[in-house]
Amino acid sequence: MLFRRARILMNKVVTSADVAVADIVSGSTIMLGGFGLCGIPENLIAALVRRRITGLHTISNNMGVDGFGMGLMLEAEMIASHIGSYVGENRRLETLVLNGKLDLTLVPQGTLAERIRAAGAGIPAFYTPTGLGTVVAEGKETRKIGERTYVLEQALHADVALIKAWKGDRYGNLIYRKTARNFNPAMATAAKLTIAEVEELVEPGELDPDHIVTPGIFVNRIVVGEAYRKPIESKFIQSGGAA
Amino acid sequence: MTGKERIARRIAREFKDGFYVNLGIGLPTMIAAYVPAGMDVMFQSENGMLGVGPPPTEEEADPDLINAGKQAVTELPGCSFFGSEESFAMIRGGHMDMSVLGAMQVDEHGNLANWTIPGKMVKGMGGAMDLVAGARRVVVAMEHQTKDGASRILKACTLPLTGTSVVHDIVTELCWIRVTPEGLLLIEVAEGVDAAEVQARTEARLIVSPALRTMTAADYGL
Repeated sequence: MLFRRARILMNKVVTSADVAVADIVSGSTIMLGGFGLCGIPENLIAALVRRRITGLHTISNNMGVDGFGMGLMLEAEMIASHIGSYVGENRRLETLVLNGKLDLTLVPQGTLAERIRAAGAGIPAFYTPTGLGTVVAEGKETRKIGERTYVLEQALHADVALIKAWKGDRYGNLIYRKTARNFNPAMATAAKLTIAEVEELVEPGELDPDHIVTPGIFVNRIVVGEAYRKPIESKFIQSGGAA
Repeated sequence: MTGKERIARRIAREFKDGFYVNLGIGLPTMIAAYVPAGMDVMFQSENGMLGVGPPPTEEEADPDLINAGKQAVTELPGCSFFGSEESFAMIRGGHMDMSVLGAMQVDEHGNLANWTIPGKMVKGMGGAMDLVAGARRVVVAMEHQTKDGASRILKACTLPLTGTSVVHDIVTELCWIRVTPEGLLLIEVAEGVDAAEVQARTEARLIVSPALRTMTAADYGL
């Protein structure tokens, strides 16, 4: 049997970050990849801030820092609620939460990752040992399975996922670089619309199929980031000699 | 030798060749520098890396290569990268030999509080709740008392918990305490410190091990 090459080529590439986020509306639930400032979709965030939409429900491990990453969305008063595991680097957020201006839900990092993974994998909920006997388990169903008791956690879906990869092709196949991978591959699977920004767009076939981390089926749009600042939050630099 | 260095050095002597270990932010991170010579221990960073190396030089620093404390790190030969979901699968799934964390409070039941002070601090638990729920051995590394001299080892934690009955060992600059079903067992004291002094500086009731020993230079790798 012969397979013919499709005449209309699948092409998910959009021309700019602004075009990529042009139809995201106020009140959306948005996942944003990254850990700290590492592997964040900084060009998509900047484009979203230019749109000035509001009332967003964000899901991301952190909340950037004052003046960069998601910190910019916070300063533009775009965020109504946030689900994350650690927001300690953002003092503005701490103030907003303590004053009741922003609805913050803290979730253990592994539970956050698994809730996102579960959403993408069609698993509505799962039992985990994490958080048993803590505030995290309050109001949740628990169940003893074998020797241990577990907490029932629900899958976490989003309208949009904004993710960052290293290289991608027009089919949306993605590879990541070092620890900039973090939440990006899981989030790519868990939203109705996944937009990936990459540092480099390559021709289909250039990425070794054995090395692709996010297969293109999970990605709807792909855009090359215009510029990368990529600050390092904490430069603990070796001062000479063995550390 | 500072108290913190003493703690870091002592815990490093508990590693075994081939261990996979997660070190928490702050004091626990210091332990990596004291792994006994010739021992192969692989450090995990929960943001998605196994085989974390020492801090980089200014030229080596790479924004795509950080640890869970958001500090620039380096790669060791044999290192690997993975996503957050897989990172916590290895943590929750019981694959980590040891997790070393800092603490605000620990109590007689092995309960741990290390993530929040209600009304004062909004930071988050990060990966701590998963680590204490999943690691095979959970070691708390902390200074024995607060800066104000209050005990951190209590009859019952007063701060919101990170996990219940999760701590196996508590290491401070004064001693090594093992959490047992009977209570807190004092098994080692630092040189110049006796059981009575440790108890005087601890709110929780300590059971003094019949095999109580005094740490020597070898316990610090010296």
